[in-house]
Amino acid sequence: MTVTQAAFKAAMLDPAAAVPPGIVNPDGAAASKRFDVYRNNVAVSLSDALETAFPVIRKLVGDAFFRAMAGVYIRKHPPKTPLMMFYGDAMPDFIGRFEPTKSIGYMPDIARIELAMRHAYHAADASPIKPEALSTLAPDALMGAKMRIAPATQTVISNYPIHAIYLANTQTDAPKPVMQPEAALITRAGFDPQIHLINAAATTCIEALKSGQSLGQAMATADDTVDLGAVLGLLLAQGAVTEIY
Amino acid sequence: MLDATQNSSLPARPGVGYKAQHYSDIMENPGPLGWLEIHAENYMGDGGRPIAQLRHLSERFPISVHGVGLSIGGEGDLDADHLDRLKHLVSWLNPASFSEHLAWSTHDSHFFNDLLPLPYTPQTLARVAAHINQVQDTVGRQMLLENPSSYLAFAESTMSETDFLRELTQQTGCGLLLDVNNVFVSATNLKTSPQAYIDDFPLEAVGEVHLGGHDEDADETGAPLLIDSHGKAVVDPVWALLDYTLARSGPKPLLIEWDTDVPAWSILAEEIARADRALALVTS
Repeated sequence: MTVTQAAFKAAMLDPAAAVPPGIVNPDGAAASKRFDVYRNNVAVSLSDALETAFPVIRKLVGDAFFRAMAGVYIRKHPPKTPLMMFYGDAMPDFIGRFEPTKSIGYMPDIARIELAMRHAYHAADASPIKPEALSTLAPDALMGAKMRIAPATQTVISNYPIHAIYLANTQTDAPKPVMQPEAALITRAGFDPQIHLINAAATTCIEALKSGQSLGQAMATADDTVDLGAVLGLLLAQGAVTEIY
Repeated sequence: MLDATQNSSLPARPGVGYKAQHYSDIMENPGPLGWLEIHAENYMGDGGRPIAQLRHLSERFPISVHGVGLSIGGEGDLDADHLDRLKHLVSWLNPASFSEHLAWSTHDSHFFNDLLPLPYTPQTLARVAAHINQVQDTVGRQMLLENPSSYLAFAESTMSETDFLRELTQQTGCGLLLDVNNVFVSATNLKTSPQAYIDDFPLEAVGEVHLGGHDEDADETGAPLLIDSHGKAVVDPVWALLDYTLARSGPKPLLIEWDTDVPAWSILAEEIARADRALALVTS
């Protein structure tokens, strides 16, 4: 008569499965509709967490489609921790492989932006240096200088106009996306993450700086399409640099 | 050994489950609001607005940290990483109270985001007591344990829920969080008396009382099936059960829980005012 948690879990995650014997109503009879409360709670609460995490994906595919997709996702990628704020880390790759969405090339990268925005929102606070700090550096010291980048700072690169698509689905007056590769920088100067359009090669540069390489090394990773001054200016203006050393 | 009757430094006043959209209302016009409760897991990020708001709120109000993800009733070991996150939160925030649920929510590293039920047997008791001791030792303070909402029963159970909870307080020194709505929901669903449950409950160990709304459904036999949704106002029979409880326990910290379809502050303020009146009835 003992109902193990393994048996409870197996029946809970499979709506077609029989309720484990030993789970009863107050009259001692089988309690399938009562057991369904847990089936429903688990599915709805996880699906709700994904809706909160991916509002733009939901808008792009529609509510009904998103619910159905979430239903598949939560079975394939159940949460590994109780931190619902970070649930959905596997969503970009999932969308890229999910049969009904895999042909929509930009969708995984939009999910990557949504994840990055969320991680930025919860990232550790940072004390940015003043934008003019760079100009106090001697010109010959500049290329050897390293920068500590605020933890919220992230980049997403795509073959699709992800910045424009993201804006078109989050702002009322955003221009219509034009088919072109785009890259995005996410920063958080105060509490609200901001998204910026950047040159694709600049993402390499920023990731190099994040990993502790010097400005000179970071520049060497990029091609001549990168305006390093503009990249640094953006990072400094957005409070994304916490130290130059 | 902790003393289950020394169980809370929350004031015996109304509190509310904190929602970020009410931040300004709470700061500007708290009314009789005496404290706030937060869900621990929502404040386990590294920084940003949630943590900053919590710091501000804690300068003004006593805070109750209410965990929803520890899986204290789980058959497996407690998640050590999660326990560390909890310890970190409790150590920087130093809340007035810390509570969790008599339930399980994780199995084989798979988290379900729901509070799942336990059979009341000596085996379950031993496991839950060991987990509570581990939590209290790690976090370095007493915890309150909340009675669940029940939708079904386990044929294998050999103890009543109230005996089970009393035994836990005696073995671990933990306090209890008495959710009066859960009592009403469980008693309706399991065809027992909510007043008899309160009569049997170790009220001396109660450090906090919860009040919330539930949904009404029916099972396949047509019997009522109430579902603890936290998405509605507290119903009159639950307010009456609160009065019944407070008449026996004396004043307690009372929490209004409203977690889904969260209403405007004015609606919550009415619930808080009603909780304040219930307390006034038993405050000399």
